[in-house]
Amino acid sequence: MDITTTYLGLKLKSPIVSSAGPLSEKISNIREMEDAGAGAVVLYSIFEEQIEHEQLELDYHTSAHTESFAEATTYLPEPFEFKLGPDEYLNHIRKAKEAVDIPIIASLNGKSIGGWTDYAKKMEQAGADALELNIYLLPTDAKKSGSEIEKTYIDIVKAVKSTVKIPFAVKMHPFFSSTSYMATELSNAGASGLVMFNRFYQPDIDLETLDVVPNVILSTPMAMRLPLRWIAMLYGKVNADLAATSGIYSAEDVLKMVMAGAKVTQMLSSLLKFGIGHIADVTTNLKSWMEEKEYESIEQMRGSMSYMNVDDPAKFERANYMKVLNSYK
Amino acid sequence: MDRKKVTIDGNEAAAYVAYNTNEVIAIYPITPSSNMGEWCDAWAAVNKKNIWGMIPSVSELQSEGGASGSVHGALQTGALTTTFTASQGLLLMIPNMFKIAGELTSTVFHVSARSIAAAALSIFGDHSDVMATRSTGFALLSSNSVQEVMDFALIAQAATLESRIPFIHFFDGFRTSHEVMKIEELTKEDMKAMMDDELIIAHRNRGLTPDRPVMRGTAQNPDVYFQGRETVNPFYNACPAIVQKQMDKFAKLTGRQYNLFDYVGAPDAEKIIIMMGSGSEAAEETVNYLTSKGEKVGLLKVRLYRPFSLEYFIKALPKTTKSIAVLDRTKEPGSGGEPLYLDVVNAISEKYMAGELQFAFPKIIGGRYGLSSKEFTPAMVKSVFDNLSKEKPKAHFTLGIIEDVTNTSLEFDPHFSVESDETFRGKFYGLGADGTVGANKNSIKIIGEGTDYFAQGYFVYDSKKSGSTTVSHLRFGPKEIKSTYLINKPRFVACHQQVFLEQMDMLKDASEGATFLLNTKIDKEHVWDSLPEKVQTDLINKKMKFFIIDAYKVGEATGMGARINTIMQTCFFAISEIFPQATAISMIKDSIKKTYGAKGDKIVQMNFDAVDKTVANLFEVTIPNKVTSKMQLQPAVSGNAPDFVKEVTARIIAGEGDLLPVSKMPIDGTFPLTTTRWEKRNIALEVPVWDMETCIQCNKCVMVCPHATIRAKIFDEKDLAGAPATFKSTKFKSKDYGEGLYYSLQVAVEDCTGCGLCVDVCPAKNKKETKLKAINMAEQIPIREQERANWDFFFNIPDLDRKVVAVSKVKDSQFLEPLFEFSGACSGCGETPYVKLVSQLFGDRTIIANATGCSSIYGGNLPTTPWASNKDGRGPAWSNSLFEDNAEFGYGFRLAIDNHNLQAKDLLKRFASEVGNDLVDALINATQKDEAEIYEQRERVSALKNKLDDMLKAGANGKSSDLKNLLSLADYLVKKSVWIMGGDGWAYDIGYGGLDHVIASGKNVNILVLDTEVYSNTGGQCSKSTPRAAVAKFAAAGKPGAKKDLGLMAMSYGTVYVAKVAMGANDQHTLRAFLEAEAYDGPSLIIAYSHCIAHGINMGTAMQNQKAAVDSGHWPLFRYHPDLAAEGKNPFKLDSKGLKIPFKDYAYMETRYKMLTKSHPAEAAVLIKEAQEDVIRKWKDYERFAAYEPEKSA
Repeated sequence: MDITTTYLGLKLKSPIVSSAGPLSEKISNIREMEDAGAGAVVLYSIFEEQIEHEQLELDYHTSAHTESFAEATTYLPEPFEFKLGPDEYLNHIRKAKEAVDIPIIASLNGKSIGGWTDYAKKMEQAGADALELNIYLLPTDAKKSGSEIEKTYIDIVKAVKSTVKIPFAVKMHPFFSSTSYMATELSNAGASGLVMFNRFYQPDIDLETLDVVPNVILSTPMAMRLPLRWIAMLYGKVNADLAATSGIYSAEDVLKMVMAGAKVTQMLSSLLKFGIGHIADVTTNLKSWMEEKEYESIEQMRGSMSYMNVDDPAKFERANYMKVLNSYK
Repeated sequence: MDRKKVTIDGNEAAAYVAYNTNEVIAIYPITPSSNMGEWCDAWAAVNKKNIWGMIPSVSELQSEGGASGSVHGALQTGALTTTFTASQGLLLMIPNMFKIAGELTSTVFHVSARSIAAAALSIFGDHSDVMATRSTGFALLSSNSVQEVMDFALIAQAATLESRIPFIHFFDGFRTSHEVMKIEELTKEDMKAMMDDELIIAHRNRGLTPDRPVMRGTAQNPDVYFQGRETVNPFYNACPAIVQKQMDKFAKLTGRQYNLFDYVGAPDAEKIIIMMGSGSEAAEETVNYLTSKGEKVGLLKVRLYRPFSLEYFIKALPKTTKSIAVLDRTKEPGSGGEPLYLDVVNAISEKYMAGELQFAFPKIIGGRYGLSSKEFTPAMVKSVFDNLSKEKPKAHFTLGIIEDVTNTSLEFDPHFSVESDETFRGKFYGLGADGTVGANKNSIKIIGEGTDYFAQGYFVYDSKKSGSTTVSHLRFGPKEIKSTYLINKPRFVACHQQVFLEQMDMLKDASEGATFLLNTKIDKEHVWDSLPEKVQTDLINKKMKFFIIDAYKVGEATGMGARINTIMQTCFFAISEIFPQATAISMIKDSIKKTYGAKGDKIVQMNFDAVDKTVANLFEVTIPNKVTSKMQLQPAVSGNAPDFVKEVTARIIAGEGDLLPVSKMPIDGTFPLTTTRWEKRNIALEVPVWDMETCIQCNKCVMVCPHATIRAKIFDEKDLAGAPATFKSTKFKSKDYGEGLYYSLQVAVEDCTGCGLCVDVCPAKNKKETKLKAINMAEQIPIREQERANWDFFFNIPDLDRKVVAVSKVKDSQFLEPLFEFSGACSGCGETPYVKLVSQLFGDRTIIANATGCSSIYGGNLPTTPWASNKDGRGPAWSNSLFEDNAEFGYGFRLAIDNHNLQAKDLLKRFASEVGNDLVDALINATQKDEAEIYEQRERVSALKNKLDDMLKAGANGKSSDLKNLLSLADYLVKKSVWIMGGDGWAYDIGYGGLDHVIASGKNVNILVLDTEVYSNTGGQCSKSTPRAAVAKFAAAGKPGAKKDLGLMAMSYGTVYVAKVAMGANDQHTLRAFLEAEAYDGPSLIIAYSHCIAHGINMGTAMQNQKAAVDSGHWPLFRYHPDLAAEGKNPFKLDSKGLKIPFKDYAYMETRYKMLTKSHPAEAAVLIKEAQEDVIRKWKDYERFAAYEPEKSA
């Protein structure tokens, strides 16, 4: 039985891919992912803003109180060299590549166009097989129109496309006015893949301290419904590989996503909850199901339940949504 | 050979040679020598090799005594070994120095010579320390300039190997150790050429080894010890010629010829000055000037002071010599003269007696100059020659001060100058925090390394750790610079903070036609009107050029913020036109890359942006032809200040301390308390403002305020009479002190440093706008006047009666008046809240022994000191002995006080019938366990004194001596609280032996360790308190070992009250520990977590770091109370929950840990894991102690 797939032009031994997250910070985990059967690993995201912030912070604290007092002109030793910027991340890519045979996909969140292209180039040079652009622009400026913001996304993709030769995917969020339009535009701009969808930190309020607190909640299986719909809708319509992420917990989830049209399914929350070995369990179950149902390959089922291939595509559309609500009454 | 030119300071020059030519380096921090050890540690951390391709072993010891012991050991085992020190540190090395010299062991100690603490400590330069080592047998070699420091470091190293005499190579602290100078760097080949392999092997072969066993260090008796001491004579006799030989060899290598005694001046000079050290440079400059005018004067520079070669000395003097003035940079009270003077008298006399003097016996006089880096200028040199010209020159004179008590001082003309106009002279006034000094260091490097000019930079800092002022003195030009004194006729003056213009007369010494650059927020059309009258007058009268820049605007636009260094540097280059503008900008950018490259592209780009935006914002202002301003300089203190403050303190504040005559100085170092309140520094841009509607009156802000600028009082409504309109008060929410009381929280905005700790700890949030709390930061200037009046009013409201205050609660304890206020400590200091708490709880009966360190500096550095007395005239009596002996010093207090108390009781008993048995019984048996009982005892003592006075007046029946004694001792019947305080460098390292002894003594002393986990005062060097995985100076690659558990060691006695506290984690626990410690009738040890700027943290939120330290288990809160053990209970209480967060979540809040992940990532990963294991292991131990149940174990 063939569960291999292709994604971003890469041949993967399985459609189960480890999603960007803290597990990939350790090389030993990446090895474990490969051993458990992962098709590829998306590394944790590097944030250009965070790197800049670290530089500013280090500069501030190593210079803030200097040259103010005769007895102590400095308060911390000044190393002759700091390993700043993306160096640590780039080394991590190199080490990951040395450690495993499966593709390593580096994940990047830039701040400026220069940052996106500079870091993307460096990641390519470090040996990444592909990139995932984690574009995260929270539109808080009331003076900026949706189209202006959308243009920024497109500009970033175009800039990266003109810089690197390796393929890259864009991790989309589901809040565009027109997801289909943006998916098409991103694809046209050069994205080889679209990852659906990015999940953002959702702040909470602590009533005791009256502080706003960042709150990260692991996705639940219910979360897969949103990407499921959009993958099904977009399959065959955009010239990009579709990747599903959010709420992939079981072999059934993988199957559903592949049938909707996904080339790969990315897992993180379930791995954090059940451990990396969960990939092996899902893989076993996937194979058992396929065997039981006599599927020969993943490719065979891909898109079989997509908008274009189901008997009643309207079920993926809004009218159907109204009906679902009514069914609760 | 073309050698590299480098622009470095004296310490780096010495360290460079020492590192390259040694195998073992033992270090310990002491100003101004610490940087030498820091360089060596930093080089070793990046595996820099010495001339033999090895990385020297660099180790920090627990004291200079320890360092010298290790040096001695390494030398005796055949390693090339060195160390660096100064002042008291050198004195601690003396015992080993006798040994090292006695054993004819080759080594060089590099000493940045510094004053010795006598009536007062001083960190600045003179030769007192070096002179104290004269009898050790070390050779003493003096460098006068940064170039000579590098050169002589090598010559000394070569000479010690050949002569077997150990060397002190010394140079003047600060003036040379910290002066940045363009010099020629010696190459590794130069050093190799001077280091003779055969001599190194001989040195190694003299080392102890079981393969060739010998004994060294026997005990000898009257029969042979003397003879043994005389065996070394041939070595000392040979030493001068060896040094000269090495100097000659060095000259062949480098072209720089030195001699044991270098003469400069007229070949036929009649008047000669003899001296050594940096002052010789200024003297040489003056001699050259005077000889060019035809005067017959000369200077003999002493290089090799010990062994003092009479032959070389006498040959170096011109045969025309008629009179000699010997200048000593030291003082030996009671001596017939200072040491160099006596050596010269001796040399001339011996040669005269031997008939070898080639000129008539000259007049020889001696004088003192330059103590504690006192300025030594050409004007003073000239006054010495003028003195020599007199028929009866003044002998044993002093230079540079007004000595009006025994009238020794020589007068000089302060306007006399020998400086050439070819040399650029610039003075730059900045704030410590704005980066001015750093920028000027860069500028001097750019000029030094980018041109053929000679270049010199020297930097002066004030004595405060917060809001300090810096003045940079820059010289450069085509002529060699020998001006080892501050600039007094600048051609360029830059004022980086406009507020300085109101405080100091900045242009008073500017040259005619000089340029003035001002950083101001005011535009060029209006800036003229913002200047004080004196500034306008000087600008017009001196025909100056005037430029302005709004550096803050550029800083804000480019992300530089308040660090305006790069911006002001660019202005300087743009105006001074040293290089064409494009060249200058390119050179500044190159320098930025060098300076900030390691810190990341973002930082480099930010500085580039600042450079690019500066020129467009730099404007020349046309100077009007008439003065329009009425604004005058602000007086240093208010007219209400006490006489001493007005006559002495105020002049020091105003920068006129040099002009204070000897007669105005206290004779024995005794100073009055309560002086900081007269120095209104106004350094905070933002200050806290109280919102009484939101306030819950918890007083946490009062407790945490490091500078005692937030105070709370409760009072009757009637006390509000006459309150200023803007004075705030509200109903007191508690009825604990009666009905109808009012509460007020007042900020001394002129004393506040704006740290914001108060806002961070405030637990109350505004219900409508949660970003606001009950105390919020607001701009200081708009409210300065009103709050000054409010503070004055508040200050005069009576304090709550100490007798009724429920001191055991945080809120109530903060109604006690602090007797430690407005110190010069860093903004947001983590130590001072604890110090202040001691002053509040026990200040009126406290005597404090303060170890040298941060707390002795913010506690005792002139001009103003924070310790204060209350309205009854009582307050903490304070003293600082040394760094190493503080526990013993405080122990001495206790012994004396107990003795006084016993004597008083004994005398009291003898007068029981006359005084009254009831009063005597009450006085002797008073428990004095709380404020009320102490008050009652004071009342009884007062009654006793009245009776004793009456008895004395009545005739005393022959017992007047006893009565007078009792009268003088009566106050010791009132409880006295001895507090011994200092930092971890003292408690864990240099003073640990004494601390251990004192806590073992069982005596009632309270020891407060202000634990910053580094030597904060000297710049953050590693101590044994430094945690594993943290970076510190002397541990640049991360501290590899675990933190010492001082508390556990103290608890092992079973008789010591021990508490570990962190105010930011639990202020109530801190308060309880302080009260319990003081109440315990035995030794107490409080180890207090003190956040510090050396941690690389945001000081305004540092109490959160304290909490995280506790939550991670790194800083477990506990109390160990021996009295509980006596009651059959577990004496140990673990008061924190611990292990709530991983250690790294706390550690990586702080740069000291985090930077290791950027400089040594692999090592950091290992160390942080080990540090977590330390925490868990320790925590489990403590849990076990806490679970101990004595009843069950019995």
